[in-house]
Amino acid sequence: MSGTATDEYSAHQHDVDEALLAEQGMEGRPYELRASTTGLFSELRADKAGLLSAVFLFIVVFAAFAAPLLAPYGPVEGNPSTSSIPPIWADGSWDHVLGTDTQGYDVLSRLMYGARTTLLIGLAVVAIAGLFGVVLGLIAGYRGGRTDRWLMRWVDVQVAFPGLLIALIMIAVLGPSMTSVIFVLSFNGWMVYARMTRGVVLAAKERPYVEAAEMVGCRPRRVMFVHILPNLTSSLVTLAVLEFARIILAEATLSFLGLGLQFPEVSLGVMANGGRDAFFSLPRLAIIPGVVITLIVLAVNFLASWLRVVFDPQEREKRFAAGATTAATTVEGVM
Amino acid sequence: MTAVPESTALRVGRPVPSEELLVEVDGLSIHFPVGRAGFWGQRVKVVHAVDDVSFAIRRGETLGLVGESGSGKTTVGRAILRRIDPTAGTIRFQGEDITATKGEELRLLRQHMQLVFQDPYASLNPRMTVLQLVAEPLVVHGRAKSVEAAKSDVVSLLERCGLPADAADRHPHAFSGGQRQRIGIARALALRPHFIVADEPVSALDVSVRAQVVNLMQDLQHELGLTYLFIAHDLSVVRHISHRIAILYAGKLAELADSDAVYESPLHPYTEALLSSVPIPDPPLQRARRRIVLQGEIPNPIEPPTGCRFQTRCPLVQDVCRRQAPPLEEKAPGHWAACFFR
Repeated sequence: MSGTATDEYSAHQHDVDEALLAEQGMEGRPYELRASTTGLFSELRADKAGLLSAVFLFIVVFAAFAAPLLAPYGPVEGNPSTSSIPPIWADGSWDHVLGTDTQGYDVLSRLMYGARTTLLIGLAVVAIAGLFGVVLGLIAGYRGGRTDRWLMRWVDVQVAFPGLLIALIMIAVLGPSMTSVIFVLSFNGWMVYARMTRGVVLAAKERPYVEAAEMVGCRPRRVMFVHILPNLTSSLVTLAVLEFARIILAEATLSFLGLGLQFPEVSLGVMANGGRDAFFSLPRLAIIPGVVITLIVLAVNFLASWLRVVFDPQEREKRFAAGATTAATTVEGVM
Repeated sequence: MTAVPESTALRVGRPVPSEELLVEVDGLSIHFPVGRAGFWGQRVKVVHAVDDVSFAIRRGETLGLVGESGSGKTTVGRAILRRIDPTAGTIRFQGEDITATKGEELRLLRQHMQLVFQDPYASLNPRMTVLQLVAEPLVVHGRAKSVEAAKSDVVSLLERCGLPADAADRHPHAFSGGQRQRIGIARALALRPHFIVADEPVSALDVSVRAQVVNLMQDLQHELGLTYLFIAHDLSVVRHISHRIAILYAGKLAELADSDAVYESPLHPYTEALLSSVPIPDPPLQRARRRIVLQGEIPNPIEPPTGCRFQTRCPLVQDVCRRQAPPLEEKAPGHWAACFFR
C-alpha cells in the first residue's frame, strides 16, 4: 500500500469532503425554516375539528363561568305556574328558549349554571387525581424494586375495593357537598393514572436517551420530569379526557343518590338525571343536558388530539411533511 | 503481514500515551440472574456475561475492545462507567477504587468519565434542541447557570466537533446519522472528561461517514488528551485509533496486545478468524486469501463449558482445552493470549 494507496486515499478523501458538504448544506433546512414561522395556532387552523372544538369549548366555558351575568333566570327561579313550557322550536316563546322543566325552572339558565359546576368538578378531579397518580407512577416505575412493589400493591388494594361503596362511606363521614364530591372522585380515580404512568415509564427508562441523561449526571428528579415525563403527554392527555367524561357521569350518579350536589346546586349530571322522571312525556329534559355532555367530551377529545400533535415534535414534523410533499416534489423535480 | 485494509483513512497518528494508568480493571466478573432452574427452583440460573477480565488503560491511550454480539464488550464498558454492578473484581479510576461508588459521589464522577452511544438516533432526546442536549451536563453539574448561559461554550464545542454554527437551535431529527453522532460526542465532551467509553460509536453509521467520525475522535484525543475505551464488533474500524486491542470472546479475554501486533501476528485462533473476516478491497487478493470460517456454536452463557470458551469452534481444539481453561499469558512482550498451543 504505497503508490496506489495515496490515490485511493485522496479519492476517498474527496468523497468524504463532498459527503460532508452535502450533509452540512441540505439536511434539515426546509423544516427548520418553516418551523420558525409556524406557531401553535397555525397548526390549530389546519386542524378543522380541533379549531371547531376550541371555539365550542370557549363558548361553553365563557357561558358557564359568566352564568350569573348572562343567564336569563336563576338556576332555581320559577314556580309551578311556569312549568313545562315548550322550547322555541315547539311553539315556545323567546322568554324560555329551551323551555322549562317540570318544576318551572328555565332549562337554558340551568344548563349554564350546571355546566359551570360540571366543568369545575371535572377539571379539579382530573387535576388532583392526575397529579397524584402520575407522580406515584413515575416514582414506582423509575425507582423499581421495592418502592415499585409497595406502591403498586397499594394501587391494587384500592382498585379491589368497590369505588361506589367507598364513596358512600366517605360522603357519610364528610357530608355531601361539592368539595367532598371532588375529594371522593379524586380518591377513587388516581390509580388508573399511576398504573398507566408506570407502564410508560418502564418502557421509557430503557431508552438510550434516558440512559444518556443519567450518564451525563442528571439527578433522578430531572431524569423523571425532563426526560421521561414528556413521553407521557399523549397517553396522559387521552386518559385525562376519558376520565373527564367518566367523572361527569360519576358525579351525576352521586348526585342522583343524593350524595353529591345538594338542592339549589345544579350540574349537567343532575339535570340529566332529573329528566329521567319525565323521560316519556318531556324527553328533552334529559336529552338536552345529555347532548351538551356529549359535545363537551367530544370537543375535549378533538382538542386533545391537537394538543398531542403540538407537543410531539416528530408528529409535527410528520404533519409538515404531509403538507410539504406537494411543494417538495416540484422543487426536487427542478433539482 | 496479514493484509488488512486501511478502512479508516489515517489523518493523524496516534498520540503517545503516558505511563500513568488511568483505568485498571482487575478480575472483573459480571453475572446476571435470569431465573431459577431445578424442580424446586433451588438453582439460580445465571448468565456469565463477563468472567475474570483484567486490563488497564494508560492515560492518553485508546484501547480497542473487540468481540462479537453477546461477548460482553458492552457490559465491560458499562461496568467501568459503573452503570452495572460487577459480581466480582475491582475497577480503579485515577488510582481510586470506584467499584462501590454510588449516589451523589457517582454522579460527580460522571464529570470525568463519559459515554458515546452506539445509536445516534435513540440516544438524543427528540424533544430537546441540540443546545439543550449539549448544555445539559454543564447545567446539572453547576458549571453553567442556565442553558442560555452555556450557549457560547456549546457553540464553540459544536464547531469543534464539525457541526454548523446554527446547529444549536435545531432538534436532533434535523440531522443525519453522522452529524448526530457528532452531537453525541460534543455532549460527552462538554464536561471535559478524561476518559470516554465509545460503545460502537460508528457501527450504526454509513461506511462513508465512519472514517470522519473516527478521525474526529482521534483529533479530539490529540487536542484534549483523552483516553478512550473504543468498543467495536469487528477489527476493521479499531485499527487506526487503537494503541492496543483486547479481544473478548464469550465473556473472557482471548488476546490483548499492541494494535499492530494483533493485526500482524495474531496468536489466538479466534483473532485469526476475526482478521480473515475483514474483506480486502482488492478482488484478486481477496479471492486468493484463505478465509477461516468458524464452525460450531457460541457456548451458552448460562452454562459455559469447563475449559476454554472457544473449544466449540476452535480449529486447534485438543482434550486439554475441554478440561481446563487456558490462562491469559504473556506470550511475547506486551502480547497476551489465552491459548495452550500458541
